[in-house]
Order: sequence, then structure tokens, then C-alpha cells
Amino acid sequence: MAGPDFPPLADRPLPGGRSLTYRHPPLVRISHWLNVIAVVVLVMSGLNILLAHPHLYWGIRSTFADPWISIPTIPNWLLIPQGRNLAEARHWHFLFAWLFVLNGLAYLAYGFVTGRFGRRLWPTLTDLRGFWPSVVEHARFDFPKDDHARTYNVIQKLTYVTMILVILPMMLITGLSMSPGFNAIGGVLLDIMGGRQSARTLHFIAAAMIVGFIVIHVGLVVWTGLFNNMRAMITGWFVIEPNRHHDGGQP
Amino acid sequence: MTQTPLSRRSWLGRAMATAGVMALAGCERGIALGERLKISAEALTYRAQRLILPRDALAPEYRRDQISPDFKPNGSISPAAADYVALRNGDFADYRLVVDGLVDRPLSLSLDELRTRPSRTQITKHDCVEGWTAIGEWTGVRLETLLDEAGLRPEARYIVFHCFDALTQTEDGPRYYESIDLVDARHPQTVLAYDMNGQTLGVPHGAPLRLRVERQLGYKQAKYIRRIEVVDSFADIQGGNGGYWPDRGYEWYAGI
Repeated sequence: MAGPDFPPLADRPLPGGRSLTYRHPPLVRISHWLNVIAVVVLVMSGLNILLAHPHLYWGIRSTFADPWISIPTIPNWLLIPQGRNLAEARHWHFLFAWLFVLNGLAYLAYGFVTGRFGRRLWPTLTDLRGFWPSVVEHARFDFPKDDHARTYNVIQKLTYVTMILVILPMMLITGLSMSPGFNAIGGVLLDIMGGRQSARTLHFIAAAMIVGFIVIHVGLVVWTGLFNNMRAMITGWFVIEPNRHHDGGQP
Repeated sequence: MTQTPLSRRSWLGRAMATAGVMALAGCERGIALGERLKISAEALTYRAQRLILPRDALAPEYRRDQISPDFKPNGSISPAAADYVALRNGDFADYRLVVDGLVDRPLSLSLDELRTRPSRTQITKHDCVEGWTAIGEWTGVRLETLLDEAGLRPEARYIVFHCFDALTQTEDGPRYYESIDLVDARHPQTVLAYDMNGQTLGVPHGAPLRLRVERQLGYKQAKYIRRIEVVDSFADIQGGNGGYWPDRGYEWYAGI
């Protein structure tokens, strides 16, 4: 069902019935950590930019007397650079946006060309039928560490696919739509979003969703085995525990 | 001046390489981090936008019913300089727009003379660097019309707009200025506006004349223009970065 992994590296047995499985190829690991750097800088410099006019609107223009929401304050430790500085925050933001985009494109190209994206992340029908049991599993905070941990569960797959194909690209598209230069060729995109102030508000909403994802993602990384998960994303190797439920007694 | 797509592409490649080196390598030349970031990010934005934007691609235009009822005047709203106050008190009858620098025939034009030239009216959005947007209708003479009348010399590269106002709101503060390249200067929507929303441009919005360069942010839309100077470099003007806000850390190219 999961198909051969890429590159096909055999498991390495460990004492006690545990084994190391090769989970993340180098490009995935590198692009993951580059993305961590890019997203953290983008969120923190983005908050500094937001401080220059902390009001959000819907539509083609600002309705100054009647914003959709206003952000009262943002703690200084969340800002890049430290302290309100629109000019510098913009330089950080636009430079790391390039890292974010080029790294993201490399990741997507790799994932699609190798077919790895379909194998590892695209939910199958069987996966989708297991949606409710997976909800229960998440509600109990009880996740498998045995062979079932070799593949992502359906909620994981749906979340990753949504982030990779919807939210992160939305970040780029809404960001570009705020550029008066890009607007000269991206007018249709601007219309689809309902105007530049809608694009700006959607940019903020997508950023908030990314922050929400990061909080849950990091929380689950810690809960399901910080050391094992980190080793997997740094070295590629992930430890599989012996199966909990045996069909028969082991000799 | 005309660049082939190929040479522009290699510009982009070079800009990216420069950006990488500058952002990640040490500060051997002692440039502050913020400055290095600015150079790198701006070079990438400028090259990329010049690469993907057709020269005459138009900024979106809007309908009259979409005009902002609350267009916010920003920056200076009433210049204090004596020469400006004198002109304003005379209803700008004595105003002359000077076009000089690297031109064959320097110009000195009254507002009436500007109004007799072909005009362009456009309803566009004004995107402030802070993040807000306002929509307004602008009528004015295309900058290209004046540049062609004056005749650019071959070494001309930038158009500098010298203004009456000082953002310090004092008489002797550093006066506002801005500059654009020849691509934006010759763009169909780049106009020197004397009317806003069908009425004579008011003092808070830059009377008697303001720039509209619609593919860039608000701070490029210089108000209270007193003189247009054609130059080959802006290194010797005020802080040397090509504009009041660029001298204070903002990008010279404000297309993003």
C-alpha cells in the first residue's frame, strides 16, 4: 500500500525487536529546516510590518473608520527586528520570502517528480475510511510507535497536504497581491481575492493558521517522542518499536 | 537602455548570487546588517519585477463608485516653506514647473501650460507602505510628454522630483524628494496630477502638482513638486539613496 520508499534503504535492526527505518531523504530534511528558518523570520518580521498599521479590512480599500479587526499590541520579543522598524522589517521579510519560495519550489518539485509526495502524503481511500478512528486516536493522545508509525495517519496526511498545497501557497499569492508592481500583471488574482485589503487580511489569516499548525505540530513532535522525531528529521532514521499486538506468541 | 530578456535574466542571477553572499557571508566592508538586507532584498525585487513585468503593463484601474470617500492625506499636509506659502497664497498663479538636468531644452511651465497638454485620467489605488489602501481619481499630464518635450540626453537614467515640503513640518528641514527610473518614467500611467477626484488637487494631497507612479508604493508619489531634474546618478542628492524615505532605510524601488 505504501509502496517502496525512496530511496529504498533497508531497515536496520536494533536490539529488543526495535528497528531503524529510513524516513526522510536529505532534500526533505534540508528543505524542512530551511523552511523553519524562513517561516520564523517571515512571521516575526511580518508582525513588525503589521504594527505599522495594525488594522485589517475586507475589500479593495481601507475603510479607516471601520476596520474588520484591530490588533491592540504585539509583544516586542515576537518582532524582527526588535522594536518597531517598518523599513528593516520589510528587508527581512522580502529577503526570506525568496528563501521560502525557492525552497518550497524545490521541495514540491522533488516531491512530485519522485512520486514521494503521492506515496507518503496523499491520503488513500483506505486512509479516509479510517478518519474517525484517527480522530479518536488523536483525542486520546495515543499514537502508535510500532509498524503503524511507518506511515502518516490520515489526519497527519490531510494536515500536511493542506499546509503544503493550500496554506503555504496562499501565503505567497496573498503576499504577491499586495505588491503594486505585481498587481500590474496579477490583476485577476487580485480580483479573485476581492482586492488588496482582502489579500492583506487573508495573508494575516493564513499566517495565523501557520502559527496554529506550528504549535500543534511541535506539541505532537514532543508528545510522540521528541528524540526519535528530531533524529528522523536530522539524520533521516526513525525508530520503530516492536508491535504491541501479536497475532500469535513469538517463539 | 533597452535590455534583452537574456541580459535581464543574468541580472537576476547575479542579484540572487549577490543577495546570498551578502546575506550569509561576513560584513567585511563593515556594512550594517540592516543595510545588507536592504541591498539584497531590493535587488531581488527590482530585477524580478523588471523581468516579469511587461514595460507598459498597467496597474489596475477602478470605477468611479469605488473611489475612497476617506482618502487619507499622508506625510506633509501643509508645507511651511516660505516659497510654497507665497505661491499658495497666490493660488499658484506664479507657479512654474522646472524640468532641467540632462535635457536638451529645459522647461519652465505654468499650471495653465500644463493643462493645455494632453491629459490622462485614471482611477487607481494608492498603497501605503504601512499597509493601507485608498482609491482616487487622478488627472494630469503624462511625464513622458514633458520628457520628450525637453529631450532626454543619452546619459539620462533617473528622474528626480524635488518638492517644496519638509516632513519635519519646518521651513528649513530637509525637503522631500523622490526618483524613478526611465521605465517607470515612460510608463503610460505615470502622470503629474493637477486634479484629484475631478477637482483641483488640494493642498493636503500635494497641490499644485504631484506624481503618480502607479506600480509603486505611496511614498514614491511625491507631492508639492517644484522641480524635475534628469540625472545619470542620484548619489550626490541629499543622502544619496534617491529619495527622502530611501535615505531613511526604505527601498528606493517600492514595487513591493
